Amino acid sequence: MADILSNSGRDLLLGNEAITRGLIEAGVKFASTYPGTPSSEIGNNLEKISHKVGMYFEFSVNEKVAMETAAAAASSGVRSIVFMKHVGLNVAADPMMTLAYSGVRGAMLILTADDPSLHSSQNEQDNRIYSKLALLPMMEPSTPAEAKDMVAEACRISEELGLPLIFRTTTRVNHARGIVEFGTPEGTSAKGHFEKDTARFVNIPAFAKKNRVRLLDLNRKAMALSEASPLNFIEGEGETGVITSGVSYTYVKEYIKGVQILKLGFTNPLPEKKIADFIKGKSRIIVVEELEPFLEDQVLRICAQNKLSVPVYGKRSGHLPVEWEYSPDVIARLKDLVRMDAPPVPLKPVDVKLPGRPPTLCAGCPHRGIFAATKKAMGKREAVYCSDIGCYTLGVQSPFDMADFIICMGGGAGAAGGFAQVTDQKSVAFIGDSTFFHSGIPPLISAKFNDHKLVMVIVDNRTTAMTGHQPNPGTGRDFGGITTEALDIEAVVKGIGVDFLATVNPYDVKASSKVMKEAIDTDGVAVVISKMACPLELKKQRALVIRETEVDQSKCIKCYTCLKTIACPALVKRGDEVHVDEVQCIGCGMCANVCPKDAIEVRQ
Amino acid sequence: MRYTIQIVGVGGQGVLLASMVLGSAAMNAGYKVAMSEVHGMAQRGGSVLCTLRFGDGVISPLESSGGADLLMGFEPVETCRNISLANEDTKILMNLDPVYPSMVAAGFEDYPNIDEMVAAVRERTENLVTIDATSIAIAAGKAVAANAVMIGAVAAAKGFPLSKDLLKDMLAKNVPPKFVDLNKKAFDMGYEHMSKQKG
Repeated sequence: MADILSNSGRDLLLGNEAITRGLIEAGVKFASTYPGTPSSEIGNNLEKISHKVGMYFEFSVNEKVAMETAAAAASSGVRSIVFMKHVGLNVAADPMMTLAYSGVRGAMLILTADDPSLHSSQNEQDNRIYSKLALLPMMEPSTPAEAKDMVAEACRISEELGLPLIFRTTTRVNHARGIVEFGTPEGTSAKGHFEKDTARFVNIPAFAKKNRVRLLDLNRKAMALSEASPLNFIEGEGETGVITSGVSYTYVKEYIKGVQILKLGFTNPLPEKKIADFIKGKSRIIVVEELEPFLEDQVLRICAQNKLSVPVYGKRSGHLPVEWEYSPDVIARLKDLVRMDAPPVPLKPVDVKLPGRPPTLCAGCPHRGIFAATKKAMGKREAVYCSDIGCYTLGVQSPFDMADFIICMGGGAGAAGGFAQVTDQKSVAFIGDSTFFHSGIPPLISAKFNDHKLVMVIVDNRTTAMTGHQPNPGTGRDFGGITTEALDIEAVVKGIGVDFLATVNPYDVKASSKVMKEAIDTDGVAVVISKMACPLELKKQRALVIRETEVDQSKCIKCYTCLKTIACPALVKRGDEVHVDEVQCIGCGMCANVCPKDAIEVRQ
Repeated sequence: MRYTIQIVGVGGQGVLLASMVLGSAAMNAGYKVAMSEVHGMAQRGGSVLCTLRFGDGVISPLESSGGADLLMGFEPVETCRNISLANEDTKILMNLDPVYPSMVAAGFEDYPNIDEMVAAVRERTENLVTIDATSIAIAAGKAVAANAVMIGAVAAAKGFPLSKDLLKDMLAKNVPPKFVDLNKKAFDMGYEHMSKQKG
């Protein structure tokens, strides 16, 4: 692990480590987030070090709250950042849209980590479009080193304009690694004071109407800053011009030869004059950017407005794809337009049938137990299983088949109410503990309010597991010198007044199944809390007690109930015998619990 | 000079650590370095791929298909799955210790015969070296040092641009202090294994 607190030298940093270092150097003193890949490591780093550099950091309950807390800090003059994955900005878009009208006093960065190719996401939206929608300035780094330096420049521009600035990264910047030179941190204050200004900060119609005009004026000023920005620069020589931003720039720079490049780092508003001047005299223009033709469509407009009849190639011409991330292979599609080295000839696939290796629930994962219990309890009845965003999304896999509908954080719980209303299928919503706090409480209240007959299963594994085990309200906070008590999910649900409520231990699959049956049979809103800590988290805390487990082959009748219901990776079939892989097994006992012959022994 | 290493394997095998050791060595040797890693959902027992590029003018974190100078396969199926990262001149180091995918472990899918996989790769290229990294690591003291064996083996690969001493030094800096001796020993045994191979 790199030492990002060092104030000199250089290191090989992950993009997210470089951004964290950038925050320290830029004197950012307030940071908030809700964890989401590919932005998560920024929060994991700040959880460990923020207090050492006088910065306040929090995992907010969701992105909307994170946006609002950071907005208050920046409005009080404290340099702040709110960061999240791309879809998180949908949650936080409501405050952002009107915050743009008020603006801020200290710098405020809104970091959105987009995920082209959906490495760990449910969609591939291009959040650059938010900068146009909200009329906010935007910057896009290409490499970890540039990302670090850009943080300070982004803070400067945000303060000069008095506007929040969208700092847009992608997976191949967040999870790229490169050499980063360390600079000296700026001295800033963590303490602010909110100077009241009703006309600016209270967006009732009469004031908001004027703030809208003010925002449009600031966008003109922003364009002037973009024109002058060293982040928008030209390099190389050639009759063909390439306009590019983000990680695409690295592919253009390394793999395309003999072109002049306009590299854009300050991408909203675009430097329209600089772009027009760049296009003039070129024989052709190629726009290289991932996802939507955000730059390209504006380049086409700039050409039209300036009466430039230079052909523009990119997505609209069909040369480059809109979907999925770019790579040197994708850039090779431009080989008829530009000069590049002959691509290497890849070896042909081998003639062997290879088994797939999809991500899967871990050995001893308690989600396996509640899925098995639910399946048994449901029996032959027809059900719609709504799921949500977290490890339990992997319940989509066989033998569980416990995800029929997934859209967004908290979305399963809301949808379950709709399915309950319009179908005769049993409606079940799985939701994680962190997701429950994030956006699962309003749909549960709404279900009770509107009498939707559904079962919400809160899979409480005592952590925000998928993104790397961040704390959440259900665990309490214990970092950065602040300690808070854990919030009791059962008490929260009780307060809503649901018709059935029980907490189960998912490792006891049989008992959990009985409770699930009662919940499914409830004529009303039922909630089952499946409570068991994530073994990976326990392992990290050195709190995991491993129990030796063994299959007694003399008792085993080879019915494979264990494999078919729990499907734990620690259960290995050798010939027709089931064995326990002692390297993976944690001794949770789920397989022993479902064994009809008590052939699996877990030693205490 | 530009050099690309593609490292493939399964989450938990130490692919990220190996890439970090190799990347730090490249940085300390004075090269420009660009890497890309897999994090997040893909790590839950899934396939892992790390790209490490270093040398003059390197800035892209990704490489073309077939563009690897070296393919380090930590697991046989993953090596086969990613064979298109290599061309016929690419050196391929293939660990022969399997990690069974969950559907294989549960008996629902078959794991291919390892000799057949090796033969299938040899059919495509002459530049394959196989290694029992885990067995060597166990001989060195502990199975977890298999990635140190792999790094040691790479250090002995013909034409590999990073020096043995630098790699060993970086390895020692990137593992917990109490495992330094184990890892150094595993590294040396990997180096020895590779040195005995022809080519």
